[in-house]
Amino acid sequence: MKGPDDRGRFGPYGGAFVPEVLVPELRFLQEAFNSAWADEAFRARYHRILKDFVGRPTPLTFASRLTLALGGARIYLKREDLCHTGAHKVNNAVGQILLARRMGKARIIAETGAGQHGVATATVAARFGLECTVHMGVEDMRRQRLNVDRMRLLGAEVRPATSGTRTLKDATNEAIRDWVSHPRESYYLIGSVVGPHPYPVMVRTFHRIIGDEAKRQLIDAEGRNSPDMAIACVGGGSNAIGLFFPFLVDRSVRLVGVEAAGEGLDRRHAATLSCGTPGVLHGALSYLLQDSEGQVQPAHSISAGLDYPGVGPEHAFLKDLGRVEYVTATDREALDAVKLLSRTEGIIPALETAHAIAALMRMAPDMAVEQVIVLNCSGRGDKDMNIISKEDVAI
Amino acid sequence: MSRFRAVLDGIRQRRAKAMGLFVTNGFPSLDATVPILHALDRGGADFLEIGMPFSDPLAEGLPIQRSSAHALAHGVRIVDAFHSARAFRKHSETPLVLMGYINPILQYGVSNFCEAARSSGADALIIPDLPLEEAELVEEPARAHALDTIFLMAPNTSDERVRAIDQRTSGFVYAVSVTGLTGSRLHHQMDVVGEYLARARRLVSRNPLLVGFGIHNAAAARQLCRHTDGFIAGSALVDIIESAWCDRRLRLGDRLALVEQFARRLASGRES
Repeated sequence: MKGPDDRGRFGPYGGAFVPEVLVPELRFLQEAFNSAWADEAFRARYHRILKDFVGRPTPLTFASRLTLALGGARIYLKREDLCHTGAHKVNNAVGQILLARRMGKARIIAETGAGQHGVATATVAARFGLECTVHMGVEDMRRQRLNVDRMRLLGAEVRPATSGTRTLKDATNEAIRDWVSHPRESYYLIGSVVGPHPYPVMVRTFHRIIGDEAKRQLIDAEGRNSPDMAIACVGGGSNAIGLFFPFLVDRSVRLVGVEAAGEGLDRRHAATLSCGTPGVLHGALSYLLQDSEGQVQPAHSISAGLDYPGVGPEHAFLKDLGRVEYVTATDREALDAVKLLSRTEGIIPALETAHAIAALMRMAPDMAVEQVIVLNCSGRGDKDMNIISKEDVAI
Repeated sequence: MSRFRAVLDGIRQRRAKAMGLFVTNGFPSLDATVPILHALDRGGADFLEIGMPFSDPLAEGLPIQRSSAHALAHGVRIVDAFHSARAFRKHSETPLVLMGYINPILQYGVSNFCEAARSSGADALIIPDLPLEEAELVEEPARAHALDTIFLMAPNTSDERVRAIDQRTSGFVYAVSVTGLTGSRLHHQMDVVGEYLARARRLVSRNPLLVGFGIHNAAAARQLCRHTDGFIAGSALVDIIESAWCDRRLRLGDRLALVEQFARRLASGRES
């Protein structure tokens, strides 16, 4: 279950379906990552930056009024929204930028959807004095204006991706093309557990701290080291893997990933695991929203961070194994969930996170009051205020 | 030995160079593709590549991205590549290579794809996102249907890996001229490209070696061919086709004449 094998396969999924130019680069990356992660000094540095710069450990907050409102299991929120830059994404950005420096790279390339990974990357690039180019779909630049301004203020170049659907998929295409064109000096800092090997395993490694901390914190809070259920939203799947990973071996923990059902599963959506089929996108074999011809189909979600037709290969494997349940929440349900969390807990969640809350609203009431749920509160909602106030007339 | 390899070997024995020309299937329309292939054939192509469009073509620069998106928007499907190949094959023996990304081939079914490709007259496959490590998916079905599988090498490919590519490829070794996308501009870095191709020449001993990516004119072709058995052009042709079909004053015959003429000019790059 720990995976992947040395070819980067999680069961049948993963691998590295990339142009030849990237094969040597991925090998260098894997060697550098293996040697860095085996190096105590590197890990100490990573943990020190997470503490001093990111503000870890993030709290595990008991959501008392939400628990009361839903009338079921006791709900804890893993507060990744309190990370510097406002989302879990920075854990991975810190790890990878340390790796980029260790590899002697001068320039960072990233893709971003909602802008949270772009902001996290621009932030660590500024912190370490590296040049940074963030590729972002023009549609997302419009939806997430605040994050575009943040990235620019941090000194990053935000390069508009104008091809295809002009969202995260196309920003990722452009980032990979940038890397293909400048492999020697550039480091591609991917933002989720997607892409060719070794990215999925590397990004998981840099995010597992979410679950590791939650496990320790549950002992203090509840006197137990695992919850009955852990739940997180899934776009590419990085915050979900980060929370789930330490609990994968513990079969008593029910794991739930929540995908974006957009306007509904019979209309436009981004529910890759729920509705997709296996295929290759961005260098990995995983589930994919595609037509019968193998052309990738546009995804849709109100949340730019979930608006992606692919998903990490480890999630594909976990789905097939039945170890993680993948459910969905619609745009409308996510908006309702934003309001509920804001008004019961005084926490405005990101629209991505709100999908997990929406599924929680359906599931928690059916659980017993002594049961415990940990929800990954993966990001804060400031960036989404335009969308929320526009969509939700009843605000 | 394959028919395709025999053609390339024959060119090499004559101490000549090979020219391969690429077009995106269904660009600007399916009706135009076969006449364009014949125009290129008349213009002197030694083999032709039919590009099967994909929604997310990672190794392509803007011309082939645009032509692929256009073709898909007009409903071009995988079977259309077989139709184009078969229609072309009725009137010409010039070898045909199908170029496409792995996902559509996977969805079609690799074995069915290879069977249909072969029966429609294709000789070889190029799959730019299928490096050696993932290639077993395709190699066996391709071999079973007598299709060559052409692997690519790049400037950052190690000597050891170039030798491995030379072992596994069939047809020829495709040397990507730069670490970059199709249609990259080469003119500032001709010396560097030349050194890299000289290294490739020393290492590739079992197969013909052809260079592609960024060859826009006969001068570039001539310069790079010094180290190789030939060259491939694609983006430059897509550009020519685009401008010929955008010019509303031209009739089909005029457009095809422009394409043929461009091929003929590029072909002069084969001569030293």
